[in-house]
Amino acid sequence: MDYLVLQMLNGVQLGLLMFLLAAGLTLTFGIMDLVNLAHGSLYMMGAYIAWTLIGWTDSFVLGAILALPATFLLGIAVEAVVMRRLYARDHLDQVLATFGLILFFNELVRVIWGPAGKSIAVPQFLSHTVDILPGVPYPAYRFAIIAVGAVVAVLLAWLVARTRVGMLIRAGASNRRMIGALGINIELLFSLVFGLGAVFAALAGLMAAPLTSIKIGMGDDILILAFVIIVIGGIGSIKGAFVAAMVVGQIDIVGRAFLPDFLKTFMSSAAASSAAPAISQVLVYVLMAGVLVWRPTGLFGQRN
Amino acid sequence: MAALLASLRTPRGLIVALILLVFAILPLLTQAFDQRYLLSIGTRIVIWSIAAVSLNMILGYGGLVSFGHAVFFGIGGYAVGILAANGLQSGWLQWPVAIAASVLWAALVGALSLRTRGVYFIMITLAFAQLVYYVSAGLEAYGADDGLNISRSRFDGLIDLRDKASFYWLCFVLLLGTLWFCSRFANSRFGFVIRGAKSNDLRMTALGFPVFRYRLAAFTLSGAFGGLAGILLANEGAYVSPAMMSWVKSGDLIVIVVLGGMGTLFGPLYGTIAFFVLEESLKPLLDLGHKGWGEYWQIVFGPMLVLIALYARGGIDSLLGRRHG
Amino acid sequence: MKSKLFGPATIAAMATLGLGSLPAMAQSPIKIGFVSTFSGPQAAIGEDMRRSVELAKEHLGGKMGGKPFEIIYEDDTFKPDVGKARSEKLVLQDKVDFIGGYIWSNVLLASLKTVTDEGNTILVSANAGPSQIAGELCNKNFFSTSWNNDQTPMAMGEYLQKKGVKSLYLMAPNYAAGKDMMAGVKRTFKGEIKGEDFTKWPDQLDFSAELAKIRAAKPDGIFIFYPGAHGVQFLTQYAASGLKGQVPLYQVFSIDAITLPQQKDLALGILGAQEWVNDLPNDANKKYVADFKKKHGTYPSFYGAQSYDAIMLIASAAEALKGDLSNKDKVRAEMKKANFKSVRGDFKFGNNNFPIENFYIQDTVKDASGMLTLKTVATAVTAAVDPYASKCPMK
Repeated sequence: MDYLVLQMLNGVQLGLLMFLLAAGLTLTFGIMDLVNLAHGSLYMMGAYIAWTLIGWTDSFVLGAILALPATFLLGIAVEAVVMRRLYARDHLDQVLATFGLILFFNELVRVIWGPAGKSIAVPQFLSHTVDILPGVPYPAYRFAIIAVGAVVAVLLAWLVARTRVGMLIRAGASNRRMIGALGINIELLFSLVFGLGAVFAALAGLMAAPLTSIKIGMGDDILILAFVIIVIGGIGSIKGAFVAAMVVGQIDIVGRAFLPDFLKTFMSSAAASSAAPAISQVLVYVLMAGVLVWRPTGLFGQRN
Repeated sequence: MAALLASLRTPRGLIVALILLVFAILPLLTQAFDQRYLLSIGTRIVIWSIAAVSLNMILGYGGLVSFGHAVFFGIGGYAVGILAANGLQSGWLQWPVAIAASVLWAALVGALSLRTRGVYFIMITLAFAQLVYYVSAGLEAYGADDGLNISRSRFDGLIDLRDKASFYWLCFVLLLGTLWFCSRFANSRFGFVIRGAKSNDLRMTALGFPVFRYRLAAFTLSGAFGGLAGILLANEGAYVSPAMMSWVKSGDLIVIVVLGGMGTLFGPLYGTIAFFVLEESLKPLLDLGHKGWGEYWQIVFGPMLVLIALYARGGIDSLLGRRHG
Repeated sequence: MKSKLFGPATIAAMATLGLGSLPAMAQSPIKIGFVSTFSGPQAAIGEDMRRSVELAKEHLGGKMGGKPFEIIYEDDTFKPDVGKARSEKLVLQDKVDFIGGYIWSNVLLASLKTVTDEGNTILVSANAGPSQIAGELCNKNFFSTSWNNDQTPMAMGEYLQKKGVKSLYLMAPNYAAGKDMMAGVKRTFKGEIKGEDFTKWPDQLDFSAELAKIRAAKPDGIFIFYPGAHGVQFLTQYAASGLKGQVPLYQVFSIDAITLPQQKDLALGILGAQEWVNDLPNDANKKYVADFKKKHGTYPSFYGAQSYDAIMLIASAAEALKGDLSNKDKVRAEMKKANFKSVRGDFKFGNNNFPIENFYIQDTVKDASGMLTLKTVATAVTAAVDPYASKCPMK
């Protein structure tokens, strides 16, 4: 029982981290109809920028807070230089151009920060463990990730459902022409939304950094997973991204925590321990293919 | 064939003829100048061109952005590799099995993914490719992600694939065959429907064409030629590995097709040549500017892709002037 | 473009013409190719190897057997097909006498036949040691200055067995080398295996599920193989989970001079196995480590040490033959003698051209200046022969 609770909590934590990354992606995707493969690069840049700022300020919280406006500016700059020219283009051009940006950012990081990876230590005040149940400790930092993820989810839900910007966002996702008709400055809106997406990516990157490590190409590894999440959820849908991220998080944990033991009931131990990760690795892709066959525009996507 | 010959009578036709001529006698040239490495680059260009032509059938003519085309490198390659590892060396067995496996997989993936549109199609093709990638990386009996060293397919008495020049010529002849098929495809009623559906599939449906079935057929054909490229790639390196079908390779294939000019017969060929020339020369060129800069070649190559996407819509093909016909 | 493709040929032609009747081979410099990863996430390893190769060149005074030598570096970009193409270029276009390097098993396996089938180039792997090449794919044109994948974890298992550790929990990424490592430790460790997990590669960010399983399994120790950035990741999460101090960690290839600056104090007190440690007390090693540190301010890694040895091994053959490498049988025979001062101490080659060497247990400590480094604490095994040597048909 303790074990089950612990593993489910791990799944929630992982799901929220994935949601942070997927939220920015689904926003830009839904509103600007932009396939941004370079979203993973913004995740990486967020982590590297945070590393530098944490070094300067000698404080995790301060550095992390300063890193957000910095990546916002980076996002605005990328939007102005490249992305703006891609909105009217088809997805193919977008894939090509943002694929080029990935290569560029990976090498840029190497020029600025060098080839060796970096690491951010877990801040002192979060480096202890908390007993979630008697005798079951859980790292405080992972609780912090859960908290940040939950806050962002609530904030986004409020932004989309209750604000004027949110209305435009919803309108944009379902009818792009209508926004123009409303006399809204689309350029500014797009620019801000892209910047916001960059901030979410950076937040995911810097929150993940103390658990993982900061390295060149760190975003490329999980970019595809983030795409899988927003496609399962339905492009442009924050709710869909959230649900899909939580499902993927739980599937991942179940695959790792319980699948090997389950397989051992009918196959040899050695075969089970090597088959389990392979199965859990393809499980999300099977899930995505299944969802798309069932609903070709994802769980909460727009039908037309 | 007539259309192919007719297109050779224009200035751009001359360029095509020249390229094909150089390719046809490449082994003689590389031997005369003792540049054997050029022959091996040439072999890879020819094989990748076959894959690019096959992707162009659905991407260029059909507008279907498949982000998982490199999976056919893997399926074709692994079919050869797995049979070879089990002692079945004959190409007469290996090659048809590999093509059949590619066709089957393409038909299955096509049947499921052609129901989706746009980005969903991009992502679902990617997902299926990742699926095969991870399965192959888990094949412990066949080297898992370390890959598998194989001996080349045997066509006893006919051709020895270990001989680099003969292997090259075989690849070249197969490229010509692929190009010939593609030109027939593009100019047929079938190709007309595929091209028509690219700009407006509702209209084609309204005209009474079963667009889905046509697309599925095109997707399957494209997979067959992709599998052929995989067979050749496995024989070129005498090695197969999951890395053959990583998503980056699928990305490279898209880059090649766009770079060369989508929906044009020879575009994929130009694209492949340009891609390989860039890959081989960008690093030394930068090193000429300053020793050591070469290692940062991707910082130049990345923005080049951005510029191609933004400003070179027609690809290299459009630089060669107005198209014949 | 043109000058690049035809450059070497032109130079070679001019050299031949200029030297008249003398055979060009005897006069032109010795050429050594070096294939490693110089771009992308793994470039730090390639850079460490290059620094050591350059140091070896400096120590040799730029000459081998009286002849100058040049080193041509090629970047495999961490991809087998690119590594194969680069190796092919070195063999066919640059016509190198030797190729060294190769961090990754899959890059090496992809390149092996391309290099060895040509027959004129000898390959010296400075890291990758897949079991196929130690066994049935062994080749007279292939030498290793590292190890076979199974050997390092075998040494660790042997040490834990002797130390009286009763049970272990094993973790490694789910790829070929990870499987070799697990198999290796199980060959020598005879205690109870409380559990084993293969984790996803390369994109698993999070080890919380596995750490929770370890907590539930209560083993005496954890054995891990997480190279590069994954080692940093694992140590951080291991420490944060509260398992540190409860269940000791033992590792192979997860803590080295490249990852230590990121792992920092988290690495202190964690034992690992390796065939070379920077404090091994032989003269060659003292000189290598001191000069490396003077030049770059950091300790070299085992990748670097193996690369340094690769160049020194080649130099020893060239010295013995006075720079005349035209007879490849003689070159191979000289290489096989391993007649040079290795930084790991003297070793012999086995029938499969892999070293028969000692493995040591190392700990992470702080040196006099407070810098983190590795320190030898025990010898795990002496003159170890890899388990695949008997499958290699060579004598």
